[in-house]
Amino acid sequence: MSFWSITLFLWEGFRISLLIFAVTLLVGIPLGLPISFCSMSRVRPIRCAAKVFVWIIRGVPLMLQIFIIYYVPGLVFNYQLFGRVDKYFLLNYGIQDAGRIVAVLIAFAINYACYFSEIYRGGIESISKGQYEAGQVLGMTKKQIFFKVVLLQVIKRIVPPMSNEIITLIKDTALANCIMVAELIKQANTLAATKALIWPLFYTGVFYLLFVGILTVLLGRLEKKLSYFSS
Amino acid sequence: MELLKIENYKKSFGATEVLKGIGFSLDRGETLAIIGSSGSGKTTLLRCLNFLETPDEGRMYLDGKLLFDASGPRAGDAEIREKRLRFGLVFQNFNLFPQYTVFENLCLAPKLLAAERPDYRQKKEAYLAEIEEKATGLLDKVGLTAKRDAYPCSLSGGQQQRVAIARALANSPDILCFDEPTSALDPELTAEVLNVLRSLASENMTMIVVTHEMKFAAEVASRVIFMDEGVIAFDGPSAEAFGENCPNERLKSFIGSIEK
Ligand SMILES: Nc1ncnc2c1ncn2[C@@H]1O[C@H](COP(=O)(O)OP(=O)(O)O)[C@@H](O)[C@H]1O
Ligand SMILES: [Mg+2]
Repeated sequence: MSFWSITLFLWEGFRISLLIFAVTLLVGIPLGLPISFCSMSRVRPIRCAAKVFVWIIRGVPLMLQIFIIYYVPGLVFNYQLFGRVDKYFLLNYGIQDAGRIVAVLIAFAINYACYFSEIYRGGIESISKGQYEAGQVLGMTKKQIFFKVVLLQVIKRIVPPMSNEIITLIKDTALANCIMVAELIKQANTLAATKALIWPLFYTGVFYLLFVGILTVLLGRLEKKLSYFSS
Repeated sequence: MELLKIENYKKSFGATEVLKGIGFSLDRGETLAIIGSSGSGKTTLLRCLNFLETPDEGRMYLDGKLLFDASGPRAGDAEIREKRLRFGLVFQNFNLFPQYTVFENLCLAPKLLAAERPDYRQKKEAYLAEIEEKATGLLDKVGLTAKRDAYPCSLSGGQQQRVAIARALANSPDILCFDEPTSALDPELTAEVLNVLRSLASENMTMIVVTHEMKFAAEVASRVIFMDEGVIAFDGPSAEAFGENCPNERLKSFIGSIEK
């Protein structure tokens, strides 16, 4: 196999990695909000439930969570949900791994939403009470205070920790390997197993590095854009 | 003419009774200084006036109309918001909105309020022009026209506090309250803030100023309230409070302890 065809073969895998990355952010970033609100709720049972949930999700390896999501429907309900989705998409559309990818996406979205929720909570709680009170005294509604006064300050504070999580995420996509989703590392493993080629495995690092490089630049720009004020 | 009347305000936090029955009245155009040692309840009183805290007991009349009654039904958010607009509050640590320029800080709340008016759609241009004109005038009044487009983080403490005063005035409150407006400032910056208060007093803005600046209180305030452990221990003309024959021993020793 030529270098180019191996690159293309790995790229097929990296597209799956990027899909996991994008969907996790698209779902996890908004999903983190209600979780963080629940974990700050004044209603104790809601707050406790949210905290326990976040504790479990953050306390258990993501790989284990992928296994649980993937295998539990079959084990508990005797219904191979994701396997059937796999088969359905393969037969009807010729798409590989659809069910497995969905299981991975669910696990990733929930897991990252919990991490994001803690970052949001930290950001929201770091805004001084005085900002809310200044808004109140000026006759603003709670909603106006949140959206017009607090939100941008929170965003500014959470950009650095969110950047860390986002950069971790692209590398975490390799965990999808554990239920045989053909992401980047899995593709390289396939080459090792079928063509006895080890070097493509190391070559995958270039994909991650390039992507992390792009992310770093973009997130750095965002951070810089918000540096016009300090609070 | 009596503008504000407070009757028997009481406020406890848990088991600590912080306000133990506060009553006073305030004429339109008057500048009232509230003095007293730390922990005597001055901040809590201002917060009650601005509806940031709800008194456990007591009534407030504004312009002769009952505005708050602790024994009445609990007011909803919208109602409190409306009542709050009669007052302004300038905080010790300014609390400007850091992501907005000075000018935007002044215009934000008035614009949001204007947007709630029923005829906002038809008269939008006129409303906005009016708000911006007023903000421009206020910036001139506090001497910060040159800082119109600066962000708060680039201003000195004194400048920030002057912006905060202008921001409070942009809502045209009936009564403007100040909670130790200069105590977070370096000494050389207090004068510029006190000068703004002085000019407001000369324009007959109704003000309640909690302060440790005794000279300022003596000079600018027409009346002084001395708070001591949650009660008003003295309420009278400032000439009397700071004069030779002050009738209240504790007030006398308090003023002495600060001025020395
Ligand atoms: N939110 C609160 N919860 C509990 N105690 C409070 C609260 N606010 C004020 N206090 C207490 O009330 C007392 C008076 O406080 P404050 O009104 O700030 O006094 P001052 O402004 O005169 O220094 C203090 O003992 C303070 O600890
Ligand atoms: Mg105080």
